[in-house]
Amino acid sequence: MADLPKAAELIKIDHKPKAKGWMETPVNIRPGMYCYAANPKSLDYMGFPNVREWNPLDQDWKLPNNWKEILFEGIRERLGRFRSFKIFMDICVRCGACADKCHFFIGTGDPKNMPVLRAELLRSVYRNDFTMAGKILGKIAGARPMTLDVLKEWWYYFFQCTECRRCSVFCPYGIDTAEITIMGRELLNLLGLNIDWIATPVANCFRMGNHLGIQPHAFKDMLDFFEDDIEELTGLRMGVQYNKKGADILFITPSGDVFADPGTYTCMGYMMLFYYLKQEYGLDVTWSTYASEGGNFGFFTSHETMKRLNAKMYAEAKRLGVKWILGGECGHMWRVITQYMDTMNGPADFLEVPKNPITGTVFENARSTKMVHISEFTADLIRHKKLRLDPSRNDNLKVTFHDSCNPSRGMGLLDEPRYVIQNVCNNFCDMPPNTIRENTFCCGSGSGLNAGENMEQRMAGGLPRANAVKYVQEKHGVNMLATICAVDRAALPDLMKYWVPGVAVTGLHELVANALILPGEKERETDLRQEPLPGMEDGTDE
Amino acid sequence: MAEVEFNGEKFQIDEDGFILDFNSWSKNWVMYVKEQEGIDELNDEHWKVINILQDYYKKNGIAPMVRVLSKLTSFKLKHIYELFPSGPGKGACKMAGLPKPTGCV
Repeated sequence: MADLPKAAELIKIDHKPKAKGWMETPVNIRPGMYCYAANPKSLDYMGFPNVREWNPLDQDWKLPNNWKEILFEGIRERLGRFRSFKIFMDICVRCGACADKCHFFIGTGDPKNMPVLRAELLRSVYRNDFTMAGKILGKIAGARPMTLDVLKEWWYYFFQCTECRRCSVFCPYGIDTAEITIMGRELLNLLGLNIDWIATPVANCFRMGNHLGIQPHAFKDMLDFFEDDIEELTGLRMGVQYNKKGADILFITPSGDVFADPGTYTCMGYMMLFYYLKQEYGLDVTWSTYASEGGNFGFFTSHETMKRLNAKMYAEAKRLGVKWILGGECGHMWRVITQYMDTMNGPADFLEVPKNPITGTVFENARSTKMVHISEFTADLIRHKKLRLDPSRNDNLKVTFHDSCNPSRGMGLLDEPRYVIQNVCNNFCDMPPNTIRENTFCCGSGSGLNAGENMEQRMAGGLPRANAVKYVQEKHGVNMLATICAVDRAALPDLMKYWVPGVAVTGLHELVANALILPGEKERETDLRQEPLPGMEDGTDE
Repeated sequence: MAEVEFNGEKFQIDEDGFILDFNSWSKNWVMYVKEQEGIDELNDEHWKVINILQDYYKKNGIAPMVRVLSKLTSFKLKHIYELFPSGPGKGACKMAGLPKPTGCV
């Protein structure tokens, strides 16, 4: 594993373009800036082609002899299947509006991280072999032939994009560069060139229902552990229900929430909210130990893989006979649901149009996917005054909100999380406008890049987000960064520790549960993290 | 995938030096990681962590989350870091022969 440079070193970024043209600048695959190659076992399990051991640093990638043929056939097929791909290959005028919008370009200064240039890596080959102008004019038309070095460049830079879509907000033509990366990765997968941080979660999820490979009994064991902690805090047991046929709602969240801090506190938050709703309104929510993953790393692999993994959530909803699905605080899951579900595994006709039985609100935006984001659901409950809340329990926190790329740009979920935070916390402030909402900066670790071996890449890519947090830390004393994505909850603590020490990370429903007054609870002395509540600092052990 | 040899025993490891197959774990592996980690002497507390990790893994097929490890051992996280300077994952799990968790973690 490569050593992570000190922040004072990493901040020395050179944005000046090199004298040499980009086509003449060979790729330099550098430790710390890439993720390990996929474990052959994981690729094999999924039945992916060209499975083998290979090392990105080796000269020889052990490609099949006909790799170019495979790749060109792959491009040809996709140009026919996906109109967006064909259009995005053809219409870019290279105006450069996107160039400085990418967090990876800002954080590394590497011109090939300009979204336009990242796309050109693929476009240049498309022009050369799939357009008349390119075939005749070659380099003058921006074309270049496919070579092994070009393939390596694709691999390096398509796994140096988090598919966050910020660039697409600024493109006057509406080119979604994330979709070019998605296509690039899909093509690379034809040659067995995935990274392990994606491939192994995919295989785990396909086999056991979640990215981490948590088996049903272990899943229950983990939630039981939270039950104990919540009982200590409130004197109550939440009585989590699993795989319950005929429940009103199936709840599905990323497995990261079940396993990794600080997501685990968010998970406790969900459990406490559902307990409250059961006690007060009789709402029957079930968890599933089979559809135990909201995330979908298949999305970072290929359209087919995404579809295979997404199917289980709906299969489980059908099996249990619930009315609709409530989804947890996940990021890319919502892009999968909002953008692809309907024509991919849908329509989910066997489910009802989601209606909050407590408030009567019909979630029109989920009319066809039948899946509602929990922050919309909770915002609706608060708006109808259905929750008893004591926001002063969060008074030790000065909170800001990081819009996760996919819920914000992928589904337009901008106001609901803020509305929830402002009702459960007394101290909230936003980061500067050009870094939030549709313009939000990525955590730098999305789309399956939150591994350990590419820390330099992650810290460089997360710099613009961290910089905005630092601004509100210095100006307003912010000490808590809230977010609604499990990758964020996993990635941002490292990012904060590196660039903005003193800021912790939380999910929305941890804050909700801190404030939520459960019927019959004992007087709380600590928050969910077992830290003393404001005003309770004295008289505790430490 | 690489191979390391320690006291005449060979181990297949991944890029981060985790053992590939839990079943090939042995005392020699522990001694090898101890050296890598720069731990002077293994005491009962180290072994308590290793044994608990292995028991949990055998039962559940996954490493325990950090909070569970802390509860099962009754060691605070800070103390686990004192025992294993690289932390519960890269230090203790590696020594116990468990694989790395992957996903949104």
